[in-house]
Amino acid sequence: MIEAILLSVITAATPLLIAAMGELVAERSGVLNLGVEGMMVVGAVAAFAVAKETGSPYAGILAAALIGALMAALFAILTVWFVTNQVATGLALTLFGLGVAGMIGEAYVGFPGVSLGAVAIPVLSDLPIVGRVLFDQDPLFYFSILLTAGVAWFLFYSRAGLRLRAVGDRPEAAHALGLHVNRVRTLAVLFGGVCAGIAGAQLTLVYTPQWVENITAGRGWIALALVVFASWRPFRVLAGAYLFGAVTIAQFHVQAIGVNVPSQLLSALPYLATILVLVLIASNRRFTRVNTPAALGQPFVPDR
Amino acid sequence: MRLELERRPRIAWWAELGAPLIALAMTVVIGAILFAALGHPPLRALHAYFIEPLSEIWSLHELTIKAAPLIIIAVGLSVCFRSNNWNIGAEGQFVLGAIFASALPILWPSAAGAWVLPAMLLLGMLGGALWAAIPALLKNRFGTNEILVSLMLVYVAGLFLDWLVRGPFRNPEGYNFPESRNFGADAILPEIISTGIYGGRANYGIVVALIVAVIVWFMLARTLRGFEITITGASPRAARFAGFDSKRTTLFAFLFCGALAGLAGTVEVTGAIGQLRPSISPGYGFTAIIVAFLGRLNPLAIVVAGFVLALSYLGGEATQISLGLTDEITRVFQGVLLFAVLASDTLIRYRVRLTRPHYAAKETAR
Repeated sequence: MIEAILLSVITAATPLLIAAMGELVAERSGVLNLGVEGMMVVGAVAAFAVAKETGSPYAGILAAALIGALMAALFAILTVWFVTNQVATGLALTLFGLGVAGMIGEAYVGFPGVSLGAVAIPVLSDLPIVGRVLFDQDPLFYFSILLTAGVAWFLFYSRAGLRLRAVGDRPEAAHALGLHVNRVRTLAVLFGGVCAGIAGAQLTLVYTPQWVENITAGRGWIALALVVFASWRPFRVLAGAYLFGAVTIAQFHVQAIGVNVPSQLLSALPYLATILVLVLIASNRRFTRVNTPAALGQPFVPDR
Repeated sequence: MRLELERRPRIAWWAELGAPLIALAMTVVIGAILFAALGHPPLRALHAYFIEPLSEIWSLHELTIKAAPLIIIAVGLSVCFRSNNWNIGAEGQFVLGAIFASALPILWPSAAGAWVLPAMLLLGMLGGALWAAIPALLKNRFGTNEILVSLMLVYVAGLFLDWLVRGPFRNPEGYNFPESRNFGADAILPEIISTGIYGGRANYGIVVALIVAVIVWFMLARTLRGFEITITGASPRAARFAGFDSKRTTLFAFLFCGALAGLAGTVEVTGAIGQLRPSISPGYGFTAIIVAFLGRLNPLAIVVAGFVLALSYLGGEATQISLGLTDEITRVFQGVLLFAVLASDTLIRYRVRLTRPHYAAKETAR
């Protein structure tokens, strides 16, 4: 029982974690991409369609990553190079993505999909309880954990990560030092797109191997909130993602126990929880201010 | 090759007027490419999407029905966006407005008289304003991000509506369908021309929209409050020096915008629908964001923009019927249009040129 709950919490948390980790890198470079939901949903449909046509879930993941990058490239061209308003452009990306996904997905509604199977890690998976939960999972779960560690190392222990943070905190100074601010930002946004695409792939290949419209159901937005909640620190994103995974799963179990609460109230829990954590984290201003990328959301136009 | 932007010293009035037109032209071109890629002759498809919905009386009526909520919400959003308050949860405020307004005819079906409709409009505005007050108060009190809070409340509002129409608001004589009872005659927004060859479904919602647009235009252009809103957004420091309270402006902008979104929701349920259902909006609250930007946050221009986006809904339905395309194409078009609007805004604010790096280097050397 506990094992099953933990497994479902992990499955619910993984897409949030992957998408939020990508957005964290983009935001650390100073770009706020509100189009996560759109990139995620297009990734989800691309993964489903390609996996179904080729029979290979891995081809699906690759397709999702590529199309996520393509969507992010569109966003980067507009916001980084054409300095459009980041909030509005992100919204456009989400609307556009939901439309594109709906168009592609129409042909796939109601068909069973291809499921990404679990890959057991030898020896470790034989450990009691944790073995099954942590080491007999789908590859995207392992990816999400490695991604978290990798992003944490990159941002705080590598030279390139330092540059990226410099670009996000004080682009003028970074530019004066000879860094290509807009090139760094473009790459960071592309990374965010790849992650969002893969997060979408997790939804249609692992979470529910089928395509339904609006399958993301606001997860892209929750991922955005997670980044704020985590005050732009990778391991706090990990903790936040599992907290939200638990809230999402709690609703099913509360219903299963037979507690008499309207199902809609339970479905609203993740959204209400998001608001609650945003309030809790924002009320601690000193803490947030230290970690917020100082130039978040501000375009950079180099003076010649 | 490198892209360089140079801020234009001033923006000509014709550029300000021309930018949305360029954006529309870009959208049509991209649309033609999209139709061609889907295997439809582009000109015929564009005709079916943009022209055919304008060629019949009934569809012109539908156009006003779709334009009214878009205009009302977008006018409210212009107040928010001008003051740099990113309310993107108008969809939720729309739903709450509709719920508050509908509570009157649903819980008191025998209510009759000329007072019912005005009371519903006021209730709707109250509902929308209350829902919008949440992100505003949290932003003012805790510094919470208003974008995310207002958006999360969209989902909560949708689920609340779903619960109501399946529970307390469900029609007792409705065979368990998730719908409320139909509103009585006094709770229905009347049609403008209901009979004759020009008759159709268009209701007074569009008149409400026009009145709202003119009032808000006047407020923004001619009153101190309007000045306060614009300055707070354009230059927060200047606003502080002028003694404007930015928190008060935030609260005002959200309440104002929420009230209008709630009004739009009321217009929709009392006019086009006539009851509460699990889903009452094809994303008006989000589309209105595009309307606001296409209208360059000017309430009078927003009226025109509202009709353009209303046409995008009708075009989607029309091509669904005549070409067998999914109506998801509407959302694709709307997204492309917003991209184009934002890009063309850059073109008028900056001079954009492509330079070769070594030429640029030479120039600096000189």
